[in-house]
Amino acid sequence: MSMRETLALAAALAVGLSLANAADAPRFGQPIAPGDLAPWDISIAPDGVGLPPGSGTPTQGATVYAERGCALCHGEKGAGGPSGPLVGGGPLDRTDRDPVKLIGNYWPYATTIFDFTRRAMPWASPKTLTDNEVYALTAYILALNKIIGENDVMNADTLPKVKMPNRDGFISKYPEKH
Amino acid sequence: MGLRKRRKDARKDGSLSALAPVAGNGLIDRRALLGRGIVFAGAATTGASASLIGAAAEPLANGPWSLGPGVPVPPYGQPSKFEQKVVRTLSNPKLEPRGSAARTPHHLLNGTITPNGLHFVIARGGETEVDPDKHRLVIHGLVKQPMVYTLDALHRYPMVSRISFLECGGNSAPLYSKEPIQGNVQALHGLCSCAEWTGVLLSTLLEEVGVDPKARWFIAEGADLPTMNRSIPLAKAMDDAMIALYQNGEGLNPSNGYPMRLLLPGYEGNMNVKWLRRIKLVEQPVMAINETKQYTILRPDGKAWQFYFPQEVKSFITHPSPGLSMKGPGVYEISGISFSGNGRIAKVEVSADGGKSWARAALQAPVLSKAFTRFRMPWNWDGGPVVLQSRATDEAGNVQPTREAFIAERGPPRGTPNVAAFTMEHCNAITSWGVNASGEVNHVYA
Repeated sequence: MSMRETLALAAALAVGLSLANAADAPRFGQPIAPGDLAPWDISIAPDGVGLPPGSGTPTQGATVYAERGCALCHGEKGAGGPSGPLVGGGPLDRTDRDPVKLIGNYWPYATTIFDFTRRAMPWASPKTLTDNEVYALTAYILALNKIIGENDVMNADTLPKVKMPNRDGFISKYPEKH
Repeated sequence: MGLRKRRKDARKDGSLSALAPVAGNGLIDRRALLGRGIVFAGAATTGASASLIGAAAEPLANGPWSLGPGVPVPPYGQPSKFEQKVVRTLSNPKLEPRGSAARTPHHLLNGTITPNGLHFVIARGGETEVDPDKHRLVIHGLVKQPMVYTLDALHRYPMVSRISFLECGGNSAPLYSKEPIQGNVQALHGLCSCAEWTGVLLSTLLEEVGVDPKARWFIAEGADLPTMNRSIPLAKAMDDAMIALYQNGEGLNPSNGYPMRLLLPGYEGNMNVKWLRRIKLVEQPVMAINETKQYTILRPDGKAWQFYFPQEVKSFITHPSPGLSMKGPGVYEISGISFSGNGRIAKVEVSADGGKSWARAALQAPVLSKAFTRFRMPWNWDGGPVVLQSRATDEAGNVQPTREAFIAERGPPRGTPNVAAFTMEHCNAITSWGVNASGEVNHVYA
């Protein structure tokens, strides 16, 4: 085959392929209804979208904390253990020691506490807490950090409104405005 | 003779150039590597290197392996039993309730591809065992039609292969400490690896589900203990994101996400979600724990950088390195690994005098975008103390910073933590190896 013929064939193949792509793009996915994927759709946006019904208080959270053995990893009242503390954390601009990034001094959104607790805790049996228990634990941790009051109720309405102390402490490196 | 004069002489006269240094403390022109023994011929005639002509060899004899059959060839080959020390180091071998890290032994490997069993791992809940027949990938959110994919279904799409490095955002964090932490290259830089990944481009599947124009980000989520999740710009999905099914030709290693993982070439390791089961298209980032508490970089003023995605240009010398002692003065090959999350490596320079003078290293072909590129540099060590460094530049013009420049930007470290502590992320400063007169190599600051 001459060079010209080879090129012509390559061009024809390229056209053929692009046509094939447009007309017969592979479609092997199975459509699924939103209700059927709901058990996996656990994302919670910082504005609260995705938060489930239910509620909890710091007092209820203290009970769940004890019942579920949270202190084994996080210490009594979140003071710290093998997995680090849930309370405390000093200023972030200290020059004499490395600041420790904790919930009270660093986390920008309270919804992230609910989200991570629900998906990942307790470590040995994740996804076994009820939504009420997760709200209660979230309330307990926020109260230990003195971000909410001892009797404040956390639910889908109140949790996204909690303003974390370091809410405005982040600067996006990703160039797109969002 | 001054360095400049010697360099000039080296260019004029090919035969004499062989061992003529092109930078301080004995670095030799990289083109000597192409001369097929020109270095050695030069050394033999000048007698410059005792290591090249050693004591006479012993008489040759047959080993027992040459005098009978071996063992049956196994169905899946394992490394030689003489290579048993070539293993990862583990941060959590008993799987206590915390994350696990496994570090690649770069000082015991060569080339650019990391074997699957030695690829670095960070896992929050140990190695996750997923049944491929029961695994599902769902794509939903801001799409026209949410879809579920089985592994069998994904195998019917056109596939692509690419060689890509992966690096943990916390790799090389030990360089951010007051005193140089004494660890080998595995301890300091073992949280990066490189493999050939094969799978289906995410853009192929997004075309099928139909992207709502409001979508700007997607959330990727795994099927592991914490259902690890990250927010990723949709632009990356349309660029080169892949649902990877194969790692170096075989199904993904379980530690690296079997049966499928997200591959985001050049982006922070944690975003390359393993055991991938869900992709949700959204307008805004979800502010997951790993993009707020973790993988955000605290600056000296108390503010933190967030969404710091590409792993920036980096290199480090693997040979020699701590634990690989020099065996007396003579000719050696310095070699190491370089890569950039922003594209191809353009050049790597090596210094043997702590950064006072530099010479360009040879780059081992092929030099691929967002992949390990090995560099090699011939070196005639005179037996004196030296400080070895490497400095990479990528095709976008990014230059690996000195440690001094890096610290100036990030603020001074306030302590010398444990080698496994991630005190700083995205640390790509130049590494210095001090070689002392007895040939021992140590991590130093220079």
